[in-house]
Amino acid sequence: MPIGDVSPEIAIIVAAVLALLFAAFAPRRMQAGSALIALAGIAVAIALVLGQLGETRFTFSGTWALDGASLWARLMILLGTAFCILLAPGWFRTDPRHGEYYTILLLGALGAMAMAGAGDLLQLTIAVLLSSVTGYTLAAWHRDWALSIEAGMKYFLMGALANALLITGVTLMLGLLGNTGYADIAASLRLGTGLSPLLFVGFALTLTGVAFKLGAVPAHAWLPDVAEGAPVPSAAFLTVVPKIGAAIALARLVQLVPPEFLGLRPLIAILAAATMTLGNLAAFWQDDIRRLIGWSSVAQAGYVLMAVTVLGLSPDALSALLAFIASYAIGNLAAFAVVAYLRGRTAIADYDGLAKRRPIVATVLVISFLSLVGIPPTVGFLGKLALFITTIDGGYTWLAVVAAANTVASLFYYARVMGRVYFNKPPEDIAVLDRSSGVAVLIGGILVIGGAVLAGSAFTAFQLSQLLPG
Amino acid sequence: MLTLAILIPMLGALALTVLPSLGHAAARIIAVATSTLSFLLLLIVWYQFDTGAGAPAFQSYAEAPWIPSLGVFWRVGVDGMSLSLSLMSGVLFIACIAWPMENPERPCAYYAWFLFLESVSLGLFMVLDLLIFYVFFDLSLVGMFFLIGRWGHGDAQGAALKFFIYTLAGSLAILLAIIGLVLTVDPITFDMRALIAAQPLAGMDLRGGLILLGFVLGFAVKAPLFPVHTWLPPAHVMAPGPVSAILAGVLLKMGTYGLVRIPFQMMRETFADYALPLAIVALASILWGAIVALGQTDLKRRIAYTSVNHMGYTVLGIAAAGALLNGADGAREMALTGAVVEMVAHGLITGALFLIAGGFWARSGTYDMDAYGGLAKVAPRLTTAAVIAAFASLGLPGLAGFVAEVQIFVGTFAVFPVIAAIGLLGILITAALFLRLLQQVFFGDLPKAREGFADVSLREGSILAAILALVILIGIYPRWLLDLIGSASSAIIGS
Repeated sequence: MPIGDVSPEIAIIVAAVLALLFAAFAPRRMQAGSALIALAGIAVAIALVLGQLGETRFTFSGTWALDGASLWARLMILLGTAFCILLAPGWFRTDPRHGEYYTILLLGALGAMAMAGAGDLLQLTIAVLLSSVTGYTLAAWHRDWALSIEAGMKYFLMGALANALLITGVTLMLGLLGNTGYADIAASLRLGTGLSPLLFVGFALTLTGVAFKLGAVPAHAWLPDVAEGAPVPSAAFLTVVPKIGAAIALARLVQLVPPEFLGLRPLIAILAAATMTLGNLAAFWQDDIRRLIGWSSVAQAGYVLMAVTVLGLSPDALSALLAFIASYAIGNLAAFAVVAYLRGRTAIADYDGLAKRRPIVATVLVISFLSLVGIPPTVGFLGKLALFITTIDGGYTWLAVVAAANTVASLFYYARVMGRVYFNKPPEDIAVLDRSSGVAVLIGGILVIGGAVLAGSAFTAFQLSQLLPG
Repeated sequence: MLTLAILIPMLGALALTVLPSLGHAAARIIAVATSTLSFLLLLIVWYQFDTGAGAPAFQSYAEAPWIPSLGVFWRVGVDGMSLSLSLMSGVLFIACIAWPMENPERPCAYYAWFLFLESVSLGLFMVLDLLIFYVFFDLSLVGMFFLIGRWGHGDAQGAALKFFIYTLAGSLAILLAIIGLVLTVDPITFDMRALIAAQPLAGMDLRGGLILLGFVLGFAVKAPLFPVHTWLPPAHVMAPGPVSAILAGVLLKMGTYGLVRIPFQMMRETFADYALPLAIVALASILWGAIVALGQTDLKRRIAYTSVNHMGYTVLGIAAAGALLNGADGAREMALTGAVVEMVAHGLITGALFLIAGGFWARSGTYDMDAYGGLAKVAPRLTTAAVIAAFASLGLPGLAGFVAEVQIFVGTFAVFPVIAAIGLLGILITAALFLRLLQQVFFGDLPKAREGFADVSLREGSILAAILALVILIGIYPRWLLDLIGSASSAIIGS
C-alpha cells in the first residue's frame, strides 16, 4: 500500500501536531515536554525508515523515490533534528511558549525529508517551500532581538528570490518536457527529446533554487546571518538539516541529465569552486565564531557540489556524497553544540583559554574544527577523502586541487580559534547551559572520533545505495 | 609487537590526559616509563630482525581491516630503513621526555602531547598502508602545533600556525598524489607492498610526473628543502629545546623517509626521470642552508639552518640512488645507505644540539651568541658535549656524520659527479660555521653576566652522554647500523 511508503513522514506530522497540542495546553514550566514528544516521533520515524531498507523504486504515483540515497539522507535528517532538539530546552527555558518550536522544527525536518525523497519537480517545489517557510520562523524565533529578526528577514528575502527562480525553472522544464516526474524526464532525456538552450536555463534555475537550501553560491548570503542571528539550536538545524535534503535533491536532479548532454557538470564544478573559495575567504577574518561557522558551512557546500559534479562519471560519487554530508553534519552540529552549551557566547575572544576552564568542551570544539578541516583521524577526514577520490576518479582533478588549496586556507581561520582556546589565558569561570546540551556536546565529540572508526561499515553501506532514477 | 609499540605511548598519552592533577615528577616518570617500554619492544623486533639476503623485505608484519571497501587496512611491518629510524626516534623521545623542563605549565598535557607525538612518529615509520601513513603524517602536525604553540616562547602561536599551514599544504599535495597513485590500480588498494610490487605508473608520462610532483612537494616541505623551508626557523626558535629536538630529529625525517618509501620505491621509472632536478634542489638546499646558517647570530637559528643543509645531503643521496634503473648498483646502494645513516645521525646529533640550545635558554633566556663567550671555563661538561655534537655535525671522521656523508658523496660521485663536487662546498661552510660557533660561545672572554652560568646537571649530562655515545659508536664502529640499513638499501636498489 503506497500510504505505508510515506509512513515515516506521517509519523513526523503526527508528532508535530501532538507537540503543538501539548504546547497549547501545557503550563509554562512543562513546555519542554514537547521536546520529548518530538523525540518520540523521530524515534518512530527512524524505525519506519529502517523498515524500508533495501527498497529501490518510485512510489506514490512516482512522486517519492525510495532508494538508498533517500533512506540514508532521511536517517541523517532525523538524527540531526534529534540532536538539535537536545540543544533547545535549555536555550528556550525563558520563552513562555517554546513548545511550538518543536512543531516547527519537525515540519522543517519534514521539508528536508521530502527534498531528499522528491521524485517529481512539483513535489520538490513543495518540499523546498515547506523547508523554507519553517526556516524563516526558526531563524527569527527571538522576535525581540534585532539580529534574529534580521537573520529571518535576510533568509526570507533570499528565499523568496530563490523560490521564484525554482518555480520558473520547474515551469520551463514542465513546458519543454511535458512532464514533472523524474522517471519520465529521465526517459525523454535519454531519447534526446526537448534538448534546447531553454532546457539548460530551466535546469540551471531549478538547481539555483535548490542550491539556496544548500547554501551554495550564488544563493548563499543568508547562511552567515542565520548562523549569527538565529537562536543557536535553529542555527545548528538550518546549517545542517536542510542541506542534507538539498544535497540529495540536487544529486537526483543532476542524475537526470546524462553527462554528455547540456554541459551541466562543468557548471556545477565552477559553482563548487566558487562556493568553497568564497566561503573560505569570507571566513578569514571573522571575529564572531557563529559567523565563522556560517561562512565555513558555505565553503562546505562547495565540497558537497564536488560529489554532485562527478555523478555518473565516477561509480563512488553517491557514496562519497553521503559520506561527506554525514561527516559535515557531525562536525558542524558538534561545533554548534559547544556554542549552545557555552550559552551562545559568540566573540572569538570569549573562547580564550577555554581548554583550561572546560577541557572537555574545548576538546570537542577543537576536534570538530579539525574534522571540518579534514584532519585525520576525524570523521571529516574520511568524508573529504571519499570526495577527493571520487572527484579525481571522475576526471575533475583540477577541482580536487582547488579543494585542497581551500582546505589549507580553511585551516587558517579554524586554527585561529583553536589557538585561542588552547594558548591564551582564560578569563573568569565560564557559564554554561543545561545538562541536555552538555550531553549533546559529548555525543558530538564521540561521533567525530567514533565516526571514523565505523567508517568501514558506513562506506560499504553507502556503496550499496542507489540513486533513482538510475 | 609493532602495533603495541605504537599503541603504548598513545595509551600513556590518554592516561596523562585523564589524570590532569598529577604532579610534574609523576607525569614525567609515567612518560619516561611509557616511552622506554615502547623502545624495549622495538629492541625485541630488532633482535629478531633478519638481515640475511633471502629475508623478506618487511618483517614483523601484521594487519587488520579498517575500511575494506577502499582497500584500507591497518598494516605494520619494518625493513632496515624504517626500523633504524624507529629506533633512533625511540632514543630521542626518551631523551627529550627525560630532559628537564623547568616547571612547564600543565605538565600532564605537556608529556601527553610528547607521547602522542611519539606514537604517531613510530606509526608513520612502521605502517605499510598509504592512507594510515597519511593519517600519521597529519597527526604529527597536530601534535607539534600544540607543543610549539602552548609551550613555546616569543611569537609561539604565529610560528605554530605557520608550521601547521605550510606542512598541511604539503600534506594535502601528498594526499592528492596518493589518491592519484592508488586509483591507477584496480581494485584500489593502499597496501604499500602491493604498490611497490605493481609499479602502477610505469610508462605514464604526464600523470606520473604530476603525481611525483605532489609527493616531492609535500615531502620537500616536511624535510624541508629550499625554497619551502621558511617555516622551519621560526618554529625552531620559538619552540622549547626538547620540542625543537624532536622537530629536527624525528619530524624532518618523515619527509625524507616518505621520499624513499613512496615516490622512489613505488614509481621507480618516473623518479629516475626526475632525479636530476631533485638533486639540483638538494644541492641548493645544501648551499643555501649552509650559507644562511653562517650568517645567523642566533644560536638556534644557526642550528636550524644547518638542518636544511643536512637534509639536503640526505635528499642528494636519495636522488642519486634513484637516478638510474640499472647500473652503478653499488654506488647507488651506497648513496642510499648513506642517506639513511644521515637521517639517523642527524636525528641524534641535531637532537643533542637542540637540547644543548634549550639548556642555554633555560639558564639565560637568550639565544644571541654575542651574549655568550668563554663558557668553557665555567661549564666544561657542557662544552665537551657541544664540541662533540658540533664536530659530528660538521662531519669529522670517527663520528656519525662522517660515516653518512662519505657514503652519500662517494655514491653520488658515480651518478652526479658535478653536483657532488659542488655539494662538498657545503661541508666546508658547515665546518666554518660550527667552528666559529664553538669559538664564540665557549672560548674567548667570559662576559660578566655569565659568570654564574651553571654546567649541565647530572640528568642533562647523562642524557647528552647517552646520545653522544651513540654518535661516537656509529662513528667508530658503524657495522651494526650499516648491516641493518644496508639490507634495506640493497633490497630497494636491487628489486
